[in-house]
Amino acid sequence: MYSRIMVPVDLEHADKLEKTLNTAGDLARLYEATLCFVAVSGKVPNRVARTPQQFEAQLNMFAREQGERLGVATSSLIKESVDVPVELDAKLLEALDEVDADLVVMASHIPGVADRLHLISSNAAWIVKHADVSVFVVRP
Amino acid sequence: MTEETAVDPEEVIQEIEEIYETEYEIGQDNVEKWGLDMHNPVFFISGAMIVAFVLFSLLLPEVAKTSLEATKTWIQIVFDWVLLSAGNVFVLFCLALIVLPTGNIRIGGEEARPDFSTISWFAMLFAAGMGIGLMFWGVAEPAAYFTDWYGTPLNAPAFVDGASPVAIQNAKEAALGATMYHWGLHPWAIYAVVALALAFFAYNKGLPLTIRSTFYPLLGDRVWGPIGNVIDIVAVLATIFGLATSLGFGAQQAAGGLEFLFGLGKGLPTQITIVACVTAVALISVVRGIDGGVKLLSNINMALAFLLLVFVIFASSLSSFASNLVTTLTGYSEMLLPLSNPIGREDDTFYHDWTIFYWAWWISWSPFVGMFIARVSRGRTVRQFLTAVLIVPTAVTTVWMSAFGGSGMEQIENGVGALADGIGDEALVLFQMLENLPLTSITSFLGICLVLVFFVTSSDSGSLVIDSITSGGKTTAPVTQRVFWATMQGVIAAVLLALGGTAALDALQAGAVSTGLPFTFVLLAMCVSLGRGLYHERLLLNAVSEAS
Repeated sequence: MYSRIMVPVDLEHADKLEKTLNTAGDLARLYEATLCFVAVSGKVPNRVARTPQQFEAQLNMFAREQGERLGVATSSLIKESVDVPVELDAKLLEALDEVDADLVVMASHIPGVADRLHLISSNAAWIVKHADVSVFVVRP
Repeated sequence: MTEETAVDPEEVIQEIEEIYETEYEIGQDNVEKWGLDMHNPVFFISGAMIVAFVLFSLLLPEVAKTSLEATKTWIQIVFDWVLLSAGNVFVLFCLALIVLPTGNIRIGGEEARPDFSTISWFAMLFAAGMGIGLMFWGVAEPAAYFTDWYGTPLNAPAFVDGASPVAIQNAKEAALGATMYHWGLHPWAIYAVVALALAFFAYNKGLPLTIRSTFYPLLGDRVWGPIGNVIDIVAVLATIFGLATSLGFGAQQAAGGLEFLFGLGKGLPTQITIVACVTAVALISVVRGIDGGVKLLSNINMALAFLLLVFVIFASSLSSFASNLVTTLTGYSEMLLPLSNPIGREDDTFYHDWTIFYWAWWISWSPFVGMFIARVSRGRTVRQFLTAVLIVPTAVTTVWMSAFGGSGMEQIENGVGALADGIGDEALVLFQMLENLPLTSITSFLGICLVLVFFVTSSDSGSLVIDSITSGGKTTAPVTQRVFWATMQGVIAAVLLALGGTAALDALQAGAVSTGLPFTFVLLAMCVSLGRGLYHERLLLNAVSEAS
């Protein structure tokens, strides 16, 4: 049913991603699909990497490790952005086109007061609204 | 003869890389709650101090005004030579970096390419920190020196009715030259030092994009502690109060302009409406991000400003513009050295109330403007960066001042319009000048739009900068935080206008400008630190090319 699954990842919070990664891995094995990890990254140093080159290496390593752990074929894609929090949603949608995935598996927070007050936006909600493929939203 | 022992390039590489190896992780001191991401304690102390200062100026406006203005005046008089000399140091430092081999170093590494086109980049340079000033002072400042409104540079004789053509020409030359001195190489060198230091240490050395990082070569891991916190907090306070008071005064001035043009009341309701509108547009711009917000508005503003400039040049006469341009250039080159000299100055009013005030002002704005420039300057070499930041804005300003200032002075000289009676309200000078050119209603409206949009771009870029500092150099914090800071600026401006009036605005502005003194020392240290950083980078690059 699915052949390419896109998994947006925030490497700064990789520790919180386990459930999402396992879900994606299970689905990939079930449908014999491949996983593509997508990260949107600015060029300003962040917690994961001090340069864009380091970031690329980190993401590649992440994809390889997860591939071995989950027993599926993986790849990775970096979308560069000058303003990550603003451009994240649009860049992920672009990536979806590039990757040509037929399913998105992504993590999202549990909606709380901040969402009711519209203080923070939900990237997963935006993707669900705008992507033309199925989206599997994983709660922590 | 002993043979020189060749240094092993691998060793050099390792040695230099060790200098910048820090255990600090960007965002490690941050509090992540309710989906927000804030540096502890910078965010919280800055927030508390902002509230405290606003309350102080509202509850005790006169005490706040007297004490903060006394501080500012004390700095202007006692430390005049420090500020003036530091300004000269910054210009020389930048010029040296352009010429030295370090100029080849590329911000962001050899492979980096600019994120923004050169045109958009220039537009953004002006949008953050200087656009509004050029609108307000483009006519007013040369006209002020020309008529001895509030002192003249080096006590140059001002224009008087019936003066000889030579005397008039000399007065013009002094007026335009001195104005250029305040808006030319010096302010841009101040911005350039901060911008280059931030960009270099963030993009080449991988340190967080926050002011404290620029001291890493001098202080090592201590920058992540209290010293760094203090530097960052002062930068946040200087930025938010500088922006909020400018917005408050700007609203008063824009209200004055609207009354002058359309007869709308210039009272508090109009002022608050202006603050609300500017803040609302700024919020839209903030939410749209750098590319869809501040870059777009900067480009629009640059196009509008260019139209206005071309109009003023042709409407007042191309030949007089050409001669004013020559006058500005001669005036600037002749006055550059005497005005840079702090010793034996006798032009007290001009020296302290104009030059030193401007220097403190530029320096107190430098964390804000510098960081914004740094954010958008990746991918250019040090030489390209400094040449562009120093020379292009100075050249553009020369044309601007020659057109606007020149036209204003011509009206004074020929006894045309309101300006001939002297400067009344300095905020109206631009409109009084435009009134005597054709199409007044269109150009004045364009003028007001430009001023307001420059406020929007300042507010937007200011929020971006404050957010980056208060989240420990992270640029991925939720946009909500930028929205918060942009709203704070508007709220502070509105509250000050409504409850404290001019006294409260004066007080906090004096406070913001006073941070210029501590930052002068911060910037001088930054030069040393940046010099070391670039020297290390040069050694590193040489060693890398030798090793390969």
